[in-house]
Order: sequence, then C-alpha cells, then structure tokens
Amino acid sequence: MATEAAHKDDHHHEETFISKYIFSMDHKMISKQFLITGMIMAVIGMIMSSLFRLQLGWQGESFWILNFLLGDKWAPDGILDPNMYLALVTIHGTIMVFFLLTGGLSGTFANLLIPFQIGARDMASGFMNMLSYWFFLASSIVMISSLFIETGPASGGWTVYPPLSALPQAMPGSGLGMTLWLVSMSLFIVSSLLGGLNYVVTVINLRTKGMTMTRLPLSIWALFVTAIIGVLSFPVLFSAALLLIFDRMFGTSFYLSDIHIAGEVLEQTGGSPILFEHLFWFLGHPEVYIVLLPALGITSEVIATNARKPIFGYRAMIGSILAIAFLSFIVWGHHMFITGMNPFLGSVFTFTTLLIAIPSAVKAFNYITTLWKGNIRFTPAMLFSIGMVSTFISGGVTGIILADSALDINLHDTYFVVAHFHIVMGLSAVLAMYAGVYHWFPKMYGKMMNRKLGYAHFWLTFVSAYGVFFPQHFLGLAGMPRRYYSNSEFPMFDEFVSLNELISVFAIVGALAQFIFMFNFFYSMFRGPRSSQNPWGSNTLEWTTPVDPIHGNWPGPLPVVHRWAYDYSKPGKEHDFVPQTVPLEEGELDGGAGH
Amino acid sequence: MVTILIILAIVLTSFAIWQLVRVFEGTSKLKDDSSFVPTDAENSYQGKMMFVFMLGYFAFFAWLYVEYVPLLLPESASEHGVLLDQLLGFNFLIITIVFVVTHVFLFYFAYKYTFSKDRKAYFYTHSNKLELLWTTVPAVFLAVIIVYGLSAWIDITDEAPENSLTIELYPKQFDWTARYSGMDSTLGASNYNMISTFNPLGVITNGSVAQMQEELKADIVYYQEELEKAPKGGIKDEELTESIAKRKRQLERVASFEGLSAASLVSGDDDILVKSEFYVPRGKSVEFIFRSRDVIHSAYMPHFRSQMNCVPGMTTTMNFIPTITTEEMRAKTNNPEFEYMLLCNKICGAAHYNMKMVIKVVEQEEYNKWISEQKTFNESIQPADEGMASKISISGNEISMIEQ
Repeated sequence: MATEAAHKDDHHHEETFISKYIFSMDHKMISKQFLITGMIMAVIGMIMSSLFRLQLGWQGESFWILNFLLGDKWAPDGILDPNMYLALVTIHGTIMVFFLLTGGLSGTFANLLIPFQIGARDMASGFMNMLSYWFFLASSIVMISSLFIETGPASGGWTVYPPLSALPQAMPGSGLGMTLWLVSMSLFIVSSLLGGLNYVVTVINLRTKGMTMTRLPLSIWALFVTAIIGVLSFPVLFSAALLLIFDRMFGTSFYLSDIHIAGEVLEQTGGSPILFEHLFWFLGHPEVYIVLLPALGITSEVIATNARKPIFGYRAMIGSILAIAFLSFIVWGHHMFITGMNPFLGSVFTFTTLLIAIPSAVKAFNYITTLWKGNIRFTPAMLFSIGMVSTFISGGVTGIILADSALDINLHDTYFVVAHFHIVMGLSAVLAMYAGVYHWFPKMYGKMMNRKLGYAHFWLTFVSAYGVFFPQHFLGLAGMPRRYYSNSEFPMFDEFVSLNELISVFAIVGALAQFIFMFNFFYSMFRGPRSSQNPWGSNTLEWTTPVDPIHGNWPGPLPVVHRWAYDYSKPGKEHDFVPQTVPLEEGELDGGAGH
Repeated sequence: MVTILIILAIVLTSFAIWQLVRVFEGTSKLKDDSSFVPTDAENSYQGKMMFVFMLGYFAFFAWLYVEYVPLLLPESASEHGVLLDQLLGFNFLIITIVFVVTHVFLFYFAYKYTFSKDRKAYFYTHSNKLELLWTTVPAVFLAVIIVYGLSAWIDITDEAPENSLTIELYPKQFDWTARYSGMDSTLGASNYNMISTFNPLGVITNGSVAQMQEELKADIVYYQEELEKAPKGGIKDEELTESIAKRKRQLERVASFEGLSAASLVSGDDDILVKSEFYVPRGKSVEFIFRSRDVIHSAYMPHFRSQMNCVPGMTTTMNFIPTITTEEMRAKTNNPEFEYMLLCNKICGAAHYNMKMVIKVVEQEEYNKWISEQKTFNESIQPADEGMASKISISGNEISMIEQ
C-alpha cells in the first residue's frame, strides 16, 4: 500500500528545523501551531476586554495602565477615548469569535483529533492543511497590525454593519482600520475553507478499517459537521466582505443608499444595509454552531472517558448534531427582528429558532444522564467539561427569551444579549477548549500538565466567568444598551454603577487566572512529567499511538477498529475501558450498533 | 476600588507562586501511571466543590434577584408592553425551573458519583423511552411558548389604527429630531438631497426646494471662484472640479422635486420639527416612522417596551399607545426626576452613548397646548435676515462651524 511505503521512508527522512516546526505538513504540528497562535490572539483579546471593563466599571476614571498601553492619543490622561472603546470592543469580538473559537478551536482539535481518532496517517492533503495555517497566521498578523495605525482599528462592532463600516467619514475606525479588517477576514475565510474541505474529505475517505460512521467518536462527528457548516457558510461572508470592499473602494452601492454625512450628499443609491445584515448573519448564525459543536464534541469525549461510562444516547447525540447543523442555516433572521422585517417572516424565524432548543435540550439531558451512576474522576478536563454543560444550559435557556421575537423587541442589543451569547457560546466554547487542551496535552507533547494548577485555573475561571456574565442579564433587563462607552448620560442606569464595578473586578480576576494556565502549559511542555501511552484509560485510537509522536502516527500497520468508542465499564470486562482496537468477543454486541 | 484590585492581584499572584512551589515539589514524585489520574482525596474534594459551587451559584442568583429586580424598568407605560411583560414573566418562569432542575441534577450527580475503585459505572448506553421523553416534553413547552409569543408578536406588529398620531423620528450622528405632521395630519415628503442647515430632515416644500437650489448655486459659484484661483492640473483643481460636478448633479435632483404634485409640495409647510424632547398624548395610538440620515441607528424606548432600527435608504414603522403620563410615572416610581427616554441602541459612532431624547407623555389638552406653541417648518426655514442664506451656504464644513 502506498501509505505503508511512504511510512517506511520516514525513518530515513531527515527533517530540518524549518520543515519540522515551521512549514510543517504534519497534522500534529499544525494543530499545535493553531493552538499557540490562537492562545496569543486570545491573550490579546482578553487584555482588550480588561481594558474596556476598566472604563465600564469605573466610568471616566483615570487608569495609568490605559495610558501606558494605548498612549496619549487613545487614552489621554489615562481616560479611554470613546473611539478606542469601540475599537477595543470590536477587535475583542472579532478575535474571540473568529481567531480563538473558530480558527483556534477547530484548527487545533480538528487537526489533532481527526487523523488520530479515525486511524489515518495524516490529513488528506498535508499541503492544504499547511496553507490553512499560514493563511490563518497571515490573517492574524493583519488583524493585529490594524491596532497600530493612526486612525485606529475597525470600530463598528464585530458585525461591521454598513454604512458605519463603509464610510470613513462616519468614524475614524472605518478608514484604513476597516480595510485591514476586511483583508484579514478574507484571508481568514480562505484559511477556514482550506481547513474545512480537508477535514470533510479526511473523515469521509481516510477512516481506518472497521471505523464505520456509527463507530466514530462524537468529537469527530462534531468536527466533521462543523467543517461542513463552515464550508457552506463562510463563502457567504466572503461575498459580503467583497461587496463591502467594493462599496468602500469603488463607489458601488450594494449597501448604501440616500446618505447625507459630514455635510455632504453621497451619490450612492439603491443599495440596502439590510442586505449586508442578511449576508452577514447567514454566516453569522451557523458560525455560532461552528464554535459550539466542536466544544460539544470535546465535552462528549471528556465526560464519557472520565465518568467511565458510555456517552448516553450516542445516536441521539449524532442526530442532534445533524439537526442543529440543519436548523442553524434557517434561523439567521432572529438577529434582525427589529430591522423592520415583515412580521410574518419574523414569526417564521422565531419558530425555527425555538426548534433548536429541542436538539440542544437532548444534548444537555444526555450529558447529565451520562454522569448518572458514573464513576467520575475529576481531572481538570472533566471539571471544565462539567462547567461547559452548566454554561451551555445557563446560556441556552435565555436563548428561549431572545428567540421570541416579541420579547426581543425590548432586549435586542442590550446587555441581556451580551450575557446570553457570552455564556452559551463564549464560555461554553472556551471551557471546552480548555478541557480539550488538558485532556489531549499528553498527545500533543508527550507530557502531563499539572493537575493542581489545573484545579486552581478551573475554579477561578469558572467562578469569575459567571461573576462577569450572570449579572449582565439584569443590566439588560433594565434596558442598558451594549456598546455604550458610558451610562452616565442616563440617570435610569445610576443604580447599576456598583454592579458594573463588580463585573469588572470579576473580569480582571478571571483574566489574571488565565496566566496560571499559560504557566502550566508552557512549563509542562518542557518540564512536565512524561506521559504514559494511555494516561486516562481511554478507548479512542489516539491513545494507541506512541507517547513520542511520530510521522504517520502508528509505527506498524494502521489499527483496525472492532467496536464503538464508548465501551467504558462494560459488564464482564476486566478493565473499565475497552479500546476500539480490541476485537469483539463471541456473542458480544457492539454498543454503537444500537442494541 | 483600585486598591481592592491591587490586593486581589497580590493575593492571586501569591496563590500562583505557592502553587508553583508545589509543582516543583511534585514533579519528582509523578512517575507511575496511576499518578496521572486524580487521587481519591482530590476526587472527593472536587466532587464536594461541585456541590458547593451549585449552592453558591444559586445564592448569587438569589442575591441578584432580590437586590436588582426592584431596580429594573418600571411597569410598562404602553398598552402592548403589559402583554410583553406577562409573556416575559411566563417564559422566565419556565426557564428558571429548567435552569434550577438541570443544575441540581448536574452538580448533584457530579458530587454523588465521585470515583471509587470499588465501584463500576453503570453501563447504560441509551433508552428510547427516556430520550423520547426529553424530546417531547421540551417540544410541548416550546409549542406553548411559540404560540403565546407569536400571538403577542402579531398583536404588537399590527398596523397602526387609522386615527393614530404620526411622528417621524429622524436620527443622525449624534442626535434625534422628531417631526409632527401638523394641521393636515400628513408628513410632508422628504429627501436626503434637500438636507441643509435650515432643513435637517430634507423636507420638500416649495420654499425649501427654492432655497436649496439657491444654496447649491451659491456653492457652485464659490467653488468656481476657488477653481480659478487654484493652480491648473493640481489635486486641488481636480477636487474642486469634482465638487462642482457633484453639486450640479444634486441641483438637478433638487430641481426635479418641483415636478411633484402641488399638494405634496405644501403638505410639509405645517410640519413641526423638535429636538431634545417630544410630547405624546396619553391614550392615543402613536405611529412612529423612522428614517436615518447617515448610518443605522435604533430607536429604543425601553419604558414602552418598544424598539425599531432606523436604516438609511428605507422607512421603518412601529406603533404603541402610551398609557401612563410622565407625572403619573414620577409618582409611581417615587422619583420626581423621572423621564421617559429615547436611546440609540445601534452602534453609530463615538458619541453613540449620549444620543438621547426625552419623551413626555401628557394629557391630550397639555399636548394640544404644547404643539400649538411650536414653530412650523415653513416658519423655521425663513432666515432671520436676508444676508444669512448665502453666507451660511458656503460649504458643508463651514455650515457645521457656524451651527456650533
């Protein structure tokens, strides 16, 4: 076989530093590249949130650190400039949604887990995979470079609605900063498509012998469906960005009409900003699930492994992933209930959106049932996964309120929305990403992370995350709009000053807690104790590879799969786990076959 | 507050250092396989922490509820808002039950089924009965929520009754203008090409069209003079030529408005434009019409549970019936300073956070008195002295300077 031959060559194949660490085509190395780039971007995004939380917690007060980091132009006398405030909010959102939770999350775990867990030597196309990372890095660099230009980075919100984002006259950030944002996002989309196509093709074609679709771990199902969603929806954002570039640069009027700004009449007519909103949210809503599904997939693996119990309702879990993926494409209008859309259309979107609650509820109940009568080991990864189930529920239930078009009227664009999506999407995905890192760190570096630091990291993160976002529901119910630089213009918000202060304290404590993780990560990478082959007693194929990663993943022939991934604590077995490579005994039924 | 932060940072750092020391101590001990998984003590400790967290989480919820629910928006001051508040209450009841029940199970199971070597987990792969149960039960509840929600939605988004009072709310960076239709109950036509200092909404009337043409012509003359002074072939030359061409095209568009019907050219004359605050009578349906001059804004009136985006290039509408006057609400909230507010709730630029207008809900008589005191559009476009018009209309930039 060709792959076998290629693999034998590897032993003679000397790798240079550059081919091994930089222009690597090995899925394991690319996964680490995605992870570390994502981590750097996340730190930047997190510092930004701390900076604007300083302003929101203590409005108009002077902070030395703001002046130190942003300079005299954007924080004169240590007081944040309103334009810079909007820029920070915008870039924080962009980085977190796209660079951390799309590129960082899918890029890391799809690359790491797909070949490992389906029993493949590598991705279908190593070269495309490498390109995917380099486009991601290029787009990250362009995005960060926009922080250093005179007019400041894009500041029209991460949704960049025109005309605000289309007209440099409207705000300084809509000048060069916005151009760089669009360039960066275009590169990002290319990266995402290259990666996504690769993931889909790999899962379909390169599964090892015996790895039927109904024996795939749920992590792979989630990553597979995520890639499909991405491939179908990102091109739409690309077209939206392209048309916006045309409107900005070449005087077209796709999104612009009847505008009088800065004392001048614009001659563009006939376009509509609502067109942009439709195109944006046609990606934007599936994007939520591009972020969330990998998180659910990781959580499924970690919970089953550490509860020493099969994931409850494997087939229902696959069904709900597929249902969520399908529904995610027909709900985008719920972001636009108050744009003046036809009320009947609004009703349709309310209906489809609320339907998503059903597969989501199935997932939540199945996780809880998986814990029931389990034998739970609290590794840091397990804590993060349980935390994720909690945030998925806490944030998910408020979705029922916001999906209701009538209730959305008064809550749209308030802090209630901020609380909702940060908890259900942001926290869930971030917690699951941490779970994934703690869980698969041994597979990345052959070392173990420190458990005690992991516990400290989890509790500080989990408590402060709820401390930040839970109270924001109340701000939203009081009618407080998001993206306000200050609330002092409205006496109706005076009562909430102390609550804002509390939120900011939690935000800063939570941000500082992430440095515990950083230390643990980098320290363990070099000085952590050497891992064993299967430290968690896990069933999936990645734990049959050698501790020190090799090219082609398995030294001998590819493993053959005989059973589903969830034979934990199966009656009649000696151990509380049975790896997928162990043949079925005579008369033994495969759990995944649905008996 | 800063000191608290610093103290927190110090506590956290020392905690981290203390943990680091333990890492160094622990590193040498971690050798065999079993040490990779949590010890019994750790498992039992973390299991208990799960339970403690649950209690803490619920306590935090309860504290926020007791402390802040009384400070939320006062009772709805519009008719449909009462309906919305009931719907919100109903939905909150359901989700709070779901939230509490699922969290109790989640954290209680985590605590109860903590690892023990002597026990094996229950091999339980699926149960059609259970899964059917938690597919259908949410589906039933959602059906109720959907039907209830949509009936409210259809009610609220219904078209305004015939005899409604029409008010146009017109935002720009960064303020609002309200326009009333005046005696004829019809808002005059308007167009963005007509916007000038005297005519912030671009209302089209015989007077304003003539005036706008004059302004544009004066602009063109001014630019032509400048053009003659500018060196040939330079950037300045190009810019001025473009400005002149642009104004000529605008002039053509403005001139075309003369072709509108005679009736529509006068209906704007009696329109009334107000800034900073506007009045609505209690008990009468108000239909709002929204446009926008520059970017997307959103007219948010939380006390009336009402919001609609204002989008350049299109018109959106929304209506409600105010039910509580400002005076009554002051008494109800025990706050003599209380005002209904219109906020901008779509990011629109640097001063987004202070784009506001006060809404006064008053009795019909008081409203009638107030509206009769306002200047009509026709009155407001008459310049105070003859010289002003040509002096002001030099260029957009200078206009705004004089305005300030």
